Amino acid sequence: MSRIAKTFARLGDERRAGFVPFLMAGDPGLDVTRELLRAAIDAGADLIELGVPFSDPMADGPVLQRSAERALALGTTLTQVLELVAELRRDSQVPIVLFGYANPLLRYGAERFARDAATSGVDGVLCVDMPPEEADDLEPALAAAGLDMIFLLAPTSDRGRIDAVRARARGFVYYVSITGTTGAGAPDPAAVAAMVGDVRSRVGLPVGVGFGITGPEQAATLARAADAVIVGSAVMRLVEEHPGPGFLPAARAFLGDLAAAVHAARG
Amino acid sequence: MPRLPDERGHFGPYGGRYVSETLMPALFELERAYNRLRKEARFKRELRDLHERYTGRPTPLYFAERLTRTLGGARVYLKREDLCHTGAHKINNTLGQILLAKRMGKTRIIAETGAGQHGVATATAAALFGFKCEVYMGSEDVRRQALNVFRMKLLGATVHPVDSGSRTLKDALNEAMRDWITNVRDTFYIIGSVAGPHPYPMLVRDFQAVIGREARRQIRHAAGRLPDVLIACVGGGSNAIGLFHPFLADRSVRMVGVEAAGRGIETGEHAASLTAGHVGVLHGNKTYLLQSETGQVQIAHSISAGLDYPAVGPEHSYLKDSGRVAYETAGDEAAVAALRMLAEQEGIIAALESAHAVAAAIRIAPTLPRRAIVLVNLSGRGDKDMETVAEHLGIRLREPGEERT
Repeated sequence: MSRIAKTFARLGDERRAGFVPFLMAGDPGLDVTRELLRAAIDAGADLIELGVPFSDPMADGPVLQRSAERALALGTTLTQVLELVAELRRDSQVPIVLFGYANPLLRYGAERFARDAATSGVDGVLCVDMPPEEADDLEPALAAAGLDMIFLLAPTSDRGRIDAVRARARGFVYYVSITGTTGAGAPDPAAVAAMVGDVRSRVGLPVGVGFGITGPEQAATLARAADAVIVGSAVMRLVEEHPGPGFLPAARAFLGDLAAAVHAARG
Repeated sequence: MPRLPDERGHFGPYGGRYVSETLMPALFELERAYNRLRKEARFKRELRDLHERYTGRPTPLYFAERLTRTLGGARVYLKREDLCHTGAHKINNTLGQILLAKRMGKTRIIAETGAGQHGVATATAAALFGFKCEVYMGSEDVRRQALNVFRMKLLGATVHPVDSGSRTLKDALNEAMRDWITNVRDTFYIIGSVAGPHPYPMLVRDFQAVIGREARRQIRHAAGRLPDVLIACVGGGSNAIGLFHPFLADRSVRMVGVEAAGRGIETGEHAASLTAGHVGVLHGNKTYLLQSETGQVQIAHSISAGLDYPAVGPEHSYLKDSGRVAYETAGDEAAVAALRMLAEQEGIIAALESAHAVAAAIRIAPTLPRRAIVLVNLSGRGDKDMETVAEHLGIRLREPGEERT
């Protein structure tokens, strides 16, 4: 059983939703990411999404665009991101999903990437601009290396789209809670709950919800319906707003509040 | 030749729909609407009438007699897309797409623009049909192309400067995509080149193919036969595909696409993605792309803002690999020299983009016999480029201290 499957099985037994923070690798600097990963694990993260920065992040709002720009300006590469995961794996079993765009992964080479990612201890890959229809470029290589390819579904997705994702998805499904880019707007909890139920039963995988979640209260609301709650832009905004060493206590506190809110939501 | 793209929007290994899931239903909706309307007599008639009464089609095919004599080789013909309303071929596509938008019941139009020509052509079409129109343009381009920004505003469009990334065309496209992701239900995105996710490369090509269909008829009428060589500039590549496509099955017709070599391929400051790029994924399709070793998109350079794009339409990538089209380059210097030569010999001031095609014709025509025919797509007129050309030639158009408009 994969680390992702084990995690969702455990969460199911505990009757609570998982907390999934997103961290952009290399913003600002890989040392900071290393600290943030520790903080996320200490706070009780059930799974971590690690962003691989790309120059043209078409589906991201301004916060994650700037975050990727800072990471790239500091020279962050996919190779370094994989090394960071390998380092983390020495003493942590938290599942890691890489979150990025097709071009840096394909330029690295699909087979080589899948092999190196698996060796480093990556558990899954979400490629934002690779819907199931184009996944031949990556999914067979990931599957051969034992990694899960995670797919997105959105408020615009109809039954046809859910079926397209069902045919290829592994691990869990990432439900985009808003019609928009990352970090934009507030999701409608009732609409999300209805869609999450539908997706879960049709695809047969756990459903994580993300894209518009700004704080603990909202995270708690969505945790009542979703199998996991993903928070990205809000975390990276905190990093952006706290230049210098002062951000770590603030990040620890924020991650702790989010984790507590998600874990207690169904209590 | 297989019919391309295939039903998944692929041109061999290129093209496709590399977009975020939120947009997938909208791309299917657009494809369905287009496949229905393209066969409909009323839609075709409506577009043809618009082109006749509004665009000024058919555009002339002009025999450049003095230029031919000077070059001393093949006869050079120019397809005069510079005489289209708004000054370039871009309107062929925006009128087609706005008719689609109208029939699909969309109420809001968005577009990206680099130099502003596609933005102006979109704002024009939107004004004609009474649509609300918003154009994304890199803040660096807004600064460089103030005249086109003003034209768009006069036409009633809102221009959003884009401050992310390199602040140029590629970032404007990213931002337009983000708008579309957010407002996908009521918004129609008019893409300006044969780029973007399927079905855009197909439908933009089909709307631009009017250039090649007319040219084919006109050259047979004027010369009694097909041309030997077609030449067009390639940035995203819409004017080139528009000219080439109706000739693809004519095996005797050679085709040359001309990319911008900027300051020289070896300097790294160019926009020649087919010549010097690697296959990758950007803006929803797989194609040749200027990128770093680690897969980050690199910034293109050309004196011509319309060619200043790090990728290229996926069908060009296919035509390059298949060998059907030869892709060459012309640099900033050659383009400006060609612009001057055409102005002096024929009284036609070409756009800097089109001047790259003219530069290739100046190189190729003298190598061919006098009975040969070279047909060049003069995709746009040069009025918009006068400041850039003057600056390049070291000529000051304004008094020192005067604000650059």
